[in-house]
This record gives sequence, C-alpha cells and structure tokens, in this order.
Amino acid sequence: MSELTDLTLEQARDGLKKGEFSASELVEAYLQAIEAANGALNAYIASTAEKALEMAAESDARLSKGEARPLEGVPIGVKDLFATRDVHTQACSNILRDFRPRYESTVTANLWRDGAVMLGKLNMDEFAMGSSNETSCHGPVVNPWRRKGDEAKLTPGGSSGGSAAAVAARLCAAATASDTGGSIRQPAAFTGTVGIKPTYGRCSRWGMVAFASSLDQAGPIARTVRDAAIMLTSMAGHDEKDTTSANVEVPDFEAALDGGIEGMKIGIPKEYRVQGMPKEMEKLWQQGAQWLKEQGAEIVEVSLPHTKYALPAYYIVAPAEASSNLARYDGVRYGLRVEADDLTDMYELTRAQGFGAEVKRRVLIGTYVLSAGYYDAYYLKAQKVRTLIKRDFDAVFEQVDALLTPTTPSPAFALGENVDDPLKMYLNDIFTVTVNMAGLPGISVPAGFSADGLPLGLQFIGKPFDEATILKLAHGIEQAADLDMAPSAWWKS
Amino acid sequence: MSVDTETVQRIARLARIRIAEEELEPMARELSAILDWIGQLDEVDTADVEPMTSVEDMPMKKRADVVADGNCADDILANAPRREGNFFVVPKVVE
Repeated sequence: MSELTDLTLEQARDGLKKGEFSASELVEAYLQAIEAANGALNAYIASTAEKALEMAAESDARLSKGEARPLEGVPIGVKDLFATRDVHTQACSNILRDFRPRYESTVTANLWRDGAVMLGKLNMDEFAMGSSNETSCHGPVVNPWRRKGDEAKLTPGGSSGGSAAAVAARLCAAATASDTGGSIRQPAAFTGTVGIKPTYGRCSRWGMVAFASSLDQAGPIARTVRDAAIMLTSMAGHDEKDTTSANVEVPDFEAALDGGIEGMKIGIPKEYRVQGMPKEMEKLWQQGAQWLKEQGAEIVEVSLPHTKYALPAYYIVAPAEASSNLARYDGVRYGLRVEADDLTDMYELTRAQGFGAEVKRRVLIGTYVLSAGYYDAYYLKAQKVRTLIKRDFDAVFEQVDALLTPTTPSPAFALGENVDDPLKMYLNDIFTVTVNMAGLPGISVPAGFSADGLPLGLQFIGKPFDEATILKLAHGIEQAADLDMAPSAWWKS
Repeated sequence: MSVDTETVQRIARLARIRIAEEELEPMARELSAILDWIGQLDEVDTADVEPMTSVEDMPMKKRADVVADGNCADDILANAPRREGNFFVVPKVVE
C-alpha cells in the first residue's frame, strides 16, 4: 500500500468514511512526514501535533458513530496569517512575536466545524508582502521541486509559500492561504498545486491578519481541483463579522465539477502576451486553449486595454491600505515592544525593530501616497484606474464565460535571485494582480513542465461569484494534462 | 529622484518607524524607483472616471446598535506587553 500521505484530500476523506484507516493513523502519518521534511523545506513554523491528535480522536469517535462531517479527520495546514485561538499566529513578523489570539478566524472555524484537523501553522512572507517567501521572519521556504540535475534551492513563491510547499510535499492534505495580488495562485503555479482565490467577499476576512483590506481574500491550496473545490465549500460563507462578506449562497463546488465545458466561450486576453515571456510559457498557454477546444469550448481573443496599469495601481492601493492596517502595531496592545521613556520613541523603535525591510518599504510608500497633497495624485488616481480595469472585465464578460492566461511569467526562480530588486520581484504578479483589483475569482492549475522540469500553471479568471465555472475549466485542463505532480522526495534521502 | 532623504525622514516620522541615518539614502533610492515606475499611471486619462469604492455593488451592511460582545477584558489584555489590572501601560505622556 502506498503511504497515507499520498492520498488526495478526496481519497483521504472517502477512505476515512469507509474505515480503511483511522483519522489518528492519518494524522500520525502526516506528523512523521513533517518531521522528516521540515528541516529541509521550512514549510511549517509551528506544529500543533497535540491538538491534531486530539481533533483526530474526536473525528474517529464521530466516524465510528456514522456522524462524519464533510471534512471529518482531514489533516490540513493553516497559513500563519489566520488567527487560531491560543495557537501561534504571527503572520511571520517579528512584531507579532509570541502573539496568541483569544479568538478564531471565521475561515478556520468553518474548517473545524466541518471536521478538519489542524497540523500546524505555515510559513509565509511577512504580513503576506512578498512573492518568494523570503521576507518571512522565519526564513524562506524551500520549493519541493528542483530543476533537473540541479540542487539549487528554489522559491515556492509567495506569499503563501509554506502552504504551497506543504501541499506539494505531501505535508498536509490541503492548506489555507490568502491572496492580495497573487499570493495563492503564484505559489500554486510554482509548486504544481491548485490554488483558487475566490471572489472578494466569498470568504470572511474576519480573523485574518489584514494586509490590504479591499484586496485580501482567503482561499485554499490543494493537490487537485476537486480537493480545492471541497476546501472552498467549507471555507466560504457569509459572516456578520465582516461587513464586506457577501450574503450569497455557497454552492457545493465539488458537485459543480460534474458536467463538461462544452459550449463555453473562453477569452484569451491579448494584453497578457507580454514581451519577454518564455517560449515554453507561450506554448503552454496555446496548449491549454487547444485542450479546451477539444472539450468543446470556443476560444476567442479579447482585449483588456488597461492591463498594464493594474500593477502600478496595485502598488499604490495595497501599500496605502497596508500603512493604515499596520498602524495597529504600536507596542501597546500585543506583540513586540521596545521600551523607551517617551511614547513616540517607543512607537518608532518598536516598529523599526519589529517590521522587516519589505514591510517598512511598503508602509512608507503607503504613508507617502496618502500624505497631505499627494492623496489625489496617487490614491484617488489608482482607484480611478481600478474602475477602468473593472470596466474592461465587465465588457469582456458580456462575451465570454471565463478568461485563460498563464499564472506567472516564469517558473520558480532561485532563492536570492530577485531579492535585491523590489520592482523585479513585483513583476511576478502581473497576470494575477488584475484579478484582485477587480475582485474577481481566479484559479491556477498545473498544466505542464518547463524544459528543466519545473511545474507551470495556467490561470482562469471568472465572473464575480462564478467560481464553479473556473473550477470546472481547471478540472478540464487537469484531466487533459494528466500530469504526475509529485516532486521527487529528495529531502527524505 | 522623486523622493529625497528629507522626505523619507518626514514620512518615516508620520509612519512612526525610526530609520537610521545610513538607511535614509538607500530607502530614498528604492522608494523613488517604485514611485517613478508608478508614474506611468499619468498616461491614463481618468478625467470622467469615478474612483472605485467597492469591487461589487453592495449596500453597506448595518446592524442594530446594541452590545454584541463584551465583558472580555482579560481576552483583550492577554497579549499586552505590559498591563496593570485592566489597563495597558504606556510611557508617561502627561507631566
């Protein structure tokens, strides 16, 4: 028999129900896998082994009574950005050192309500600001994937690098993640996993450490499209505690996978054909379109004229909101405090020591663009550009059901490669950030490999609250590509 | 350069982040590079465009103005770096 950790979430869930193994056995298998891999990968920054075993025991009791909930006994990892009651929650920032929230985020509470089991907290870029997991105060995560014949350490992407690496390396059945400009989809593409950022408002933001409130959205990273659909069904839902949480019905996303894509109209936005895109990425994109055609979809070229302005506008909106959100870290109520005789000195020294370089950079940019005399030129301008980006999407969605694009301009790069050039790092998000600016759902699905053997992802962008369609399309790609997405477990040797 | 060291000093003050003297120059360079790149937005004509306030048209949710939660001072103070009784402690601000 293959290892229990090789089972997809769907297989684990079904195997538990049939009594083929117990939730406790499954958790033990994952805890051993984490123990063996984490030294090399650094995906988990806190283990909750004891809690996991307790939760698994409860799941076993329910399973034996035939009272299984939708995710009964399924072991998952949680991005360090989600508040988990009395458990390490740091957003991988020194300023939240030793923070133990006395409350639970709505998204994780929904997962526990449905019977999921928590294995631990996962590494990420500090406050989700980064595209390579290198801004984490716990050090970078190492991608389970390596280039063929090369032992260079690669980034798993960011900010949800720990979530993506843990899922790819079989250190959890699935993981929670969050996406402000691409933080679910880019790491998913870099690690051969599936990541969906739902429509803004689909998942509650309550209890998520805030980065940019008008862009932040929770979603899952999983090994298959079906697994992502199962996770999203549990994570999503209206929440009174988040005023931007949408009061719309959550469909059974897994059931929505049934039925083909025949007759669907898929747009290829020409503006995403950027200069310098590697040939293999271009080829993959065409291959994806070809697969959709073979399954009965119609492909049309469309135009989203303001695409190139999404990223610069994002780097006004996101830092502005971050500078406001991160004002709460003042050394008074929680987290780090650097003592000083004067209150202002205490604030300044606490924040100087507690925030990392990228976070400081973004808070300063945000403060600048919001400061007196600059608000209209920057923030207001960016919000107007955002309206134009949204209008572009509204117009094409009158013609098509969804859009197909690459997820990233390149496969995973080496750790350290872009660390000295913030602008180059930001360009990782050119295909994903438009989706956040317009509040739309987007999914990354593995679709092929680069010449040197690294996973490549394709992205579908959908209409608001139409995650079902992009899940179905991603499922179509997954079936057509039929890839073996297991990295060679080099960390075991 | 769109941002000089004096400006960095000023916004760092506003953001309550102490920036060491030797970090001012590199920070000014980095922020300038980012802001210059953001400057390409000037190409976009936004004369008659409304700024986005919400990605989806949604009426602002309201709730009854009643206490929904409370009596949890210990929870609120549980993570305070310094507390005395039910108070956060800060450096003296009034002589």
